[in-house]
Amino acid sequence: MPDLGKYGETILTAYAATIILVAAIVIVSLVRSRKIKRQLAELEARRNG
Amino acid sequence: MSATLAVLTRELRLALRSGGGAGLGLAFFLIVVMLIPFGVGPVPSLLAQIAPGTLWIAALLACLLSLDRLFQADFEDGTLDILALSPMPLEGLVAIKAFAHWITTGLPLVVAAPILGVTLNLPESAYWWLVISLAVGTPALSFLGAIGAALTVGIRRGGLLLSLLVLPLYIPTLIFGAKCVTAASEGVEVMPAFLLLAGVTLLTLALTPFAAAAALRMHMR
Amino acid sequence: MSIWEFANPVRFMRLTGKVLPWITALAIACLAIGLIWGFFFTPEAINFGSTVKIIYIHVPAATFAINAWALMFVASMIWLVRRHHVSALVARAAAPVGMVMTLIALITGAIWGEPMWGTYWEWDPRLTSFLVLFVFYLGYMALWEAIDEPDKAADLTSVLAMVGTVFAVISRYAVNFWNQGLHQGASLSLDKEEHVADVYYIPLLFALAGFFLLFLALVFLRTRTEIRARRIKALQLQEAN
Repeated sequence: MPDLGKYGETILTAYAATIILVAAIVIVSLVRSRKIKRQLAELEARRNG
Repeated sequence: MSATLAVLTRELRLALRSGGGAGLGLAFFLIVVMLIPFGVGPVPSLLAQIAPGTLWIAALLACLLSLDRLFQADFEDGTLDILALSPMPLEGLVAIKAFAHWITTGLPLVVAAPILGVTLNLPESAYWWLVISLAVGTPALSFLGAIGAALTVGIRRGGLLLSLLVLPLYIPTLIFGAKCVTAASEGVEVMPAFLLLAGVTLLTLALTPFAAAAALRMHMR
Repeated sequence: MSIWEFANPVRFMRLTGKVLPWITALAIACLAIGLIWGFFFTPEAINFGSTVKIIYIHVPAATFAINAWALMFVASMIWLVRRHHVSALVARAAAPVGMVMTLIALITGAIWGEPMWGTYWEWDPRLTSFLVLFVFYLGYMALWEAIDEPDKAADLTSVLAMVGTVFAVISRYAVNFWNQGLHQGASLSLDKEEHVADVYYIPLLFALAGFFLLFLALVFLRTRTEIRARRIKALQLQEAN
């Protein structure tokens, strides 16, 4: 851990906020992708089956 | 030319007829301006300072109020389809409708604003510029509103969406318009803000009929 | 072989399916290098102290907040002119990603502003225009959600993207007129004289590349989802008939 001096809290908050937001959009995108992929697979299986 | 006049008189008649909604905007304008002193306190110097911005924002909101009816009724009963089939270009129709909207909502605000300026203790030097800036700026509000109204015309509960789409487009007009009045009340050079305001309005008048007409065609396809 | 080949959804799916894992891996690598280098191994700046480390997230996020909108603008124009469905879906997919980037730029800026300017929020032109951009993203996404028919939604949001671009740009300069701000001038430019010292510059380039690849990966992933969702809708319609 580098010495962040008196601004440590500021920097860590900024990084934490960024990580949370990026993680949120990634997770939302992945979850929706999975869901839609599964739905499509089911639908196509039903049509072909 | 006669077609233009016919559409314009039709729009005005519909708006002025009872239940047409003209006058509601004016009442709304009055109420918003009346609420401001309740919110910030009755200090004359403070009111004088925020008067330009208050009057402009109130005008903006009042303008927004009747926008969702701009195309809605005509779209629902099929009038819009017939008008679209007429030889008059849809762009022209949009421009006339927006102009009629300005006459019934924008113009009354221009007239009423100086009277309400008195209640907000607006500095004397700013009255003329308040009227001029509103007269030049409010047409842009109606025309930009036409885009929002055209985009949301077929959508159920489109009113809220309409304000979300239109209000950000009002930012330049609001900035330059309010700056005009503020500059006049502080005795600073007004022309830069005024010319920019006029520029934004002219750009809006030139571009929005095309965008709004395109959006209407997409709805009617 | 022209770029329009990828307007075919099947080709687009095949290509992005192949490159997506690589882009993702590269994005993670670049972000790791840029951020770890920036966070642990750069000195304090004279004016900023250690807060200079925020630059590695703030500047890339702001860059791609604007470029995401630019992508939406171009993609919408392609949809209006050539009516390639993939293009419209790319615009739709990019919006939430751009919105998150805008939010990151705003939040890190606010956090950074507190020690530097003594306030979290200042109605400074750059901050304000990012707030305006954020509102434009919200409106754009709301319009997509509000319309059921896919083609009509693509048409109308494209018109909004065109009009929004014009007014976002005007607002940007109007805001300048309205208030001169506290914000630093551009810290990066192609003009060599202006940009930050090399110690900060190189990790920043990695962070920029990382954010770019992350953005690309997310847009591809989301576009693939939208294409599949469109296919589901088409199949359901077929079954209904």
